[in-house]
Amino acid sequence: MNYIVPQSELKIVGTRPVRPDGVDKVTGRATFGADMTLPGMIWGKVKRSPHAHARIVSIDASKALALPGVKAVVTAADFPEIANEEAFVGEGPMNFRDLSRNCMARDKALYEGHAVAAVAATSQAIADEAIELIDVRYEVLPHVIDVEAAMAPGAPVLHEDMFTTGVEPKPAKPSNIAKRVSFTKGDVAAGFAEADVIVEGRYTTQPVHQAYIEPHACVAAVSADGQAQIYSSTQGQFMVRAYSAKVLGWEIANLRSYPMEIGGGFGGKTVVYLEPLALLLAQKSGRPVKMMMTREDVFRASGPTSGAVIEVKIGAKRDGAIVAAREVLKYQAGAFAGSPIGPGCMCGLALYDLPNVEVIGYDVVSNRPKVAAYRAPGAPITSFAIESALDELACKLNIDPLALREMNGARDGTKTHYGVTHKDIGFLSVLEAARSHPHYKAPLQPGQGRGIACGFWFNIGGESSGAVHVNEDGSVSVVSGNPDIGGSRASMAMMAAEVLGVPMDQVRPIVGDTASIGFSFLTGGSRVTFATGMAVTQAAEKVVDQLKTRAAQIWDIPVDAVEWKDGKAWPAGLNAGAFEPLSVAQIALKAGRTGGPIGSEVSLNAQGAGAGFGCHICDVEVDKETGHVKILRYTAIQDVGKAIHPAYVEGQIQGGAAQGIGWALNEEYIYDKNGKLENAGFLDYRVPVASDLPLIEAVMVEVPNPRHPFGVRGVGEVPIVPPMAAVANAVRSATGLRMEHLPISPPKLRAAVDAEAKAG
Amino acid sequence: MQRLNYAAPKTVNEAVSLLAGASGPAKLMSGGTDLLVQLRSGRLKPELIVDLKHVPGLIGIREEAGGFVIGASTPGATLEAHAGLKAAWPGVVEAMDLIGSEQIQGRASLAGNLCNASPAADSVPAMIAAGAVAVVVGAKGRREVPVEAIPTAPGRTSLAKDEFILEIRLPPRPAHSGDAYLRFIPRTEMDIAVVGCGVNVTLDAAGVCTAARVVLGAVAPTAVLVPAAAAALIGHKLDAATLAKLDAAAQAACKPITDKRGTIEYRTKVAGVMARRTAAIAFERAQGRAVKGH
Amino acid sequence: MSKHHVTTTINGEAVEFLCETQETLLDVLRNTLNLTGSKEGCASGDCGACTVIMDGKMVCSCLVLGVEAEGSSVTTVEGIADGETLHPVQRKFLEHAALQCGFCTPGFIVATKALLDANPNPTEEEARYWLAGNLCRCTGYDKIIRAVMDAAAEMRGEARAA
Repeated sequence: MNYIVPQSELKIVGTRPVRPDGVDKVTGRATFGADMTLPGMIWGKVKRSPHAHARIVSIDASKALALPGVKAVVTAADFPEIANEEAFVGEGPMNFRDLSRNCMARDKALYEGHAVAAVAATSQAIADEAIELIDVRYEVLPHVIDVEAAMAPGAPVLHEDMFTTGVEPKPAKPSNIAKRVSFTKGDVAAGFAEADVIVEGRYTTQPVHQAYIEPHACVAAVSADGQAQIYSSTQGQFMVRAYSAKVLGWEIANLRSYPMEIGGGFGGKTVVYLEPLALLLAQKSGRPVKMMMTREDVFRASGPTSGAVIEVKIGAKRDGAIVAAREVLKYQAGAFAGSPIGPGCMCGLALYDLPNVEVIGYDVVSNRPKVAAYRAPGAPITSFAIESALDELACKLNIDPLALREMNGARDGTKTHYGVTHKDIGFLSVLEAARSHPHYKAPLQPGQGRGIACGFWFNIGGESSGAVHVNEDGSVSVVSGNPDIGGSRASMAMMAAEVLGVPMDQVRPIVGDTASIGFSFLTGGSRVTFATGMAVTQAAEKVVDQLKTRAAQIWDIPVDAVEWKDGKAWPAGLNAGAFEPLSVAQIALKAGRTGGPIGSEVSLNAQGAGAGFGCHICDVEVDKETGHVKILRYTAIQDVGKAIHPAYVEGQIQGGAAQGIGWALNEEYIYDKNGKLENAGFLDYRVPVASDLPLIEAVMVEVPNPRHPFGVRGVGEVPIVPPMAAVANAVRSATGLRMEHLPISPPKLRAAVDAEAKAG
Repeated sequence: MQRLNYAAPKTVNEAVSLLAGASGPAKLMSGGTDLLVQLRSGRLKPELIVDLKHVPGLIGIREEAGGFVIGASTPGATLEAHAGLKAAWPGVVEAMDLIGSEQIQGRASLAGNLCNASPAADSVPAMIAAGAVAVVVGAKGRREVPVEAIPTAPGRTSLAKDEFILEIRLPPRPAHSGDAYLRFIPRTEMDIAVVGCGVNVTLDAAGVCTAARVVLGAVAPTAVLVPAAAAALIGHKLDAATLAKLDAAAQAACKPITDKRGTIEYRTKVAGVMARRTAAIAFERAQGRAVKGH
Repeated sequence: MSKHHVTTTINGEAVEFLCETQETLLDVLRNTLNLTGSKEGCASGDCGACTVIMDGKMVCSCLVLGVEAEGSSVTTVEGIADGETLHPVQRKFLEHAALQCGFCTPGFIVATKALLDANPNPTEEEARYWLAGNLCRCTGYDKIIRAVMDAAAEMRGEARAA
């Protein structure tokens, strides 16, 4: 069925009820990864490399094992060797050999903080002491941190078996360039020849961490027969099960993975770090093991997203029509291949209808922690460059920056440079909403500036399961296989309640473990409300069919003489007979006599996720003496398809914008000359605090996605794409200075002010 | 594993003898907001923690002879809530208030900030500008030390093993005087000062500066009193020429390092900016106008 | 005696526990007393997820030694509601959708209660600065600030703020 109808025809979807898991979260009862305790539990800790790049000569754990209270030590020698082959998982490539080696260094430590051993002991203090007693001998190797230095001939090579793919002929020598990718459309040389105006720029971004407030944590238990349980804070319990099984060489059926409440992820909890270690320690010790990262571990050893260097060249006619664009992107992958270079190559220019495009991308390893997904992986980086360059183009042409985007914006039927043709997209509606928003016309004071920037993300669908069960008393359980990271239990319950026609509080949504619901790909790609919502909707529809069938049995009339309305079975018209309507509870009461339990589980592979577009408007005030940028006003406009719970959709948009503002202004990784991270903590890795930000207005444009029963599009990732350029463009408007390098931190901006003054 | 002991003495003498008698390294604790972080990171490995908060007089504020006496362990939140102290020494109170979050303010103290001996400590330039004196007690008795003589280098103080600060004394306020403290940080809160500046001035009835102390933080191994900056102010109103001289004097006094929080060049320039802005607030206050600080 | 014996009051109830010197109040709350509502996000006083009220002052429990709780009175997030009746701050956080993942929420609830106890009529700017020691990575603070302002208005007995 299709519920893409005016809001007035919906009872629950589109309203703002209190989330079903809310009370537990405001009272401290919600149980997150580190809150779990099992009988007999002991503590696991990780020993980490102090070196950015070193050969592991030997590991001697004998002193640690002799310490009273130490129950187990594991090193790479305890893990199976895994073949070097690439699998495709969800949003990106996954190489399980690399995953294994990232969880536990084998032969070489590739970044400061790389795990080299782990211990389990009866107290945290003993585990800490044991870590100190493990004697690891290293041969320190030359290291390389920055992307272009890692690409340079003669750079220290991280992996002797890494030969750049995507180039012909195949290189004879290994390098740090894992692959080269390229996309072309039309003829860029001819396009630039036609251009009246050309802008060029070289932009750089720093790696930034997802900086979820909850550090990674898990508890593992393994019984003597090999049956294991893992409780963890993760974006995917099925991912934890599959990845842990793969890294350990265990059978998936022997592992049961329980999703705990998750304290933020933003993509960063789509891989495993501690789980395989905890499982192996639990197996070796025969005791349940809890492991938690410290905040410093989180920064040193879990994934940020890539830093990058991006060269952009855009040519346009005098009226603003873009005739050619060329982009070269070099993305840091961290210690193992697999930066989001693919989406990086696609997303920046996907917003525009361009005749001639050439994009070349490089995936480059260096001695940094392996990158992990971070909200629209790859897109914010490329869009910082593209949207900044478009702002330059608008300045050069003396065209309103919004008009430039309106003129060149992608619409239905636009064929992208990577081959996909846009369908049912809302970009122009978003631009229209930006133009008509009062913010866009509000006056500015001297010293202030306004910038706009746009962003795109594909959004994904994928494999999901959802179950709806009618309980004996008529209450309804909704089970999904996706950890709830920002309110998805509420939206699952709302869609189910809408279909069933029952009040929201009659529906109790839960997130199932891997043995209580069918396979579901992880929470990521802005897919849960779309794909899992589709499964839940279909399951609820099947339940409605069953309820109608049961009513027909009770009334002894044909099922097609029963209709379902307002949460009750009604006889369909006078001919069906005169019966009082039956509620869910009344039908449930008789379920035993009409065929047994009422419920349905749907597993599907959801196709047709609708792409999302956003446009952000940012006002800043610049203190030119200190280089400090204050965000004065911020409006984020986005096509959200259909907002199931508008407050949580707004929350996604506001949160994404805030993260982007942090990325724009202050967040960065600072390494010393030995390749050690100097700011591995919340004191000097500066995420925005409450007093840094204004209220962030989220404007929801609803262009329904026809391939979802309620018209849903993913919403969580798009909002982090535009902010960096929106801020940079606002700084440009306030000061005349084009800041090409992130973050636009005070020293950098003050230096730019001084350089301009010097140049006169 | 070396065991970490804890003691909470109830008298000055008890505290002094614990410190004097400690067989291994001992650390004093007031609010513990720096100490606990350093313990956890392994930077400090003491054998004994002496918690001073239960020693009488260590917590509390009293007025004495026109000045203020602040117990060494008094948390920032208590300073902030003291209307009289805030009216007399707004710069000192604001400097203390800038340290960390409201949560930190529930614990952190002036003496703790001083003895942690970070070059970037916010309250220290303000205290030095104010002419604050630390009352130090130890096995040899009691001595009064200008605050600037306590920190000697990053993480080091001039206190003997058996000594601790009992209280901080702020002098009486002359007429037409005012103080201020500003710092520059990349965010609006929660950062360590990139540059800090405390200014305390006295004016005559016409608004001409007759006495001044200008102190910079985070631009040298310890907070620096800048007599040349004070000289730029004395004898002048705060006109453009005076501000320019103040800026130059502040910049000239900087001996900063480049680290993760700022470069030499940036810190030096911003020191001049902060000196001008802080002086402007101090002058306003000296003329009886209530001005918002940070 | 190898551990400190501490007698204290937590959420109005007398509590005794044993701890080592280096164990923080947060360690004790979470690992000894099973009060896991206070969260560890940084253990360095930078994130505020472990905020508790101790003797009337808001503190990071990760920066307090467990042994220091001797003789004190501590309120944690578990002690904010009155039995099954939520505190207005808790209710307003729910109504305004002022949480996403909910991990920072206990710290925000405690800090907001402390704010409104100290200042029943804060400006938006005062609320933002008071809460600057509580990091939230999900919400961008917008809905949190709206919830705080609305809770303040309700507690002052005013009509719902906009």
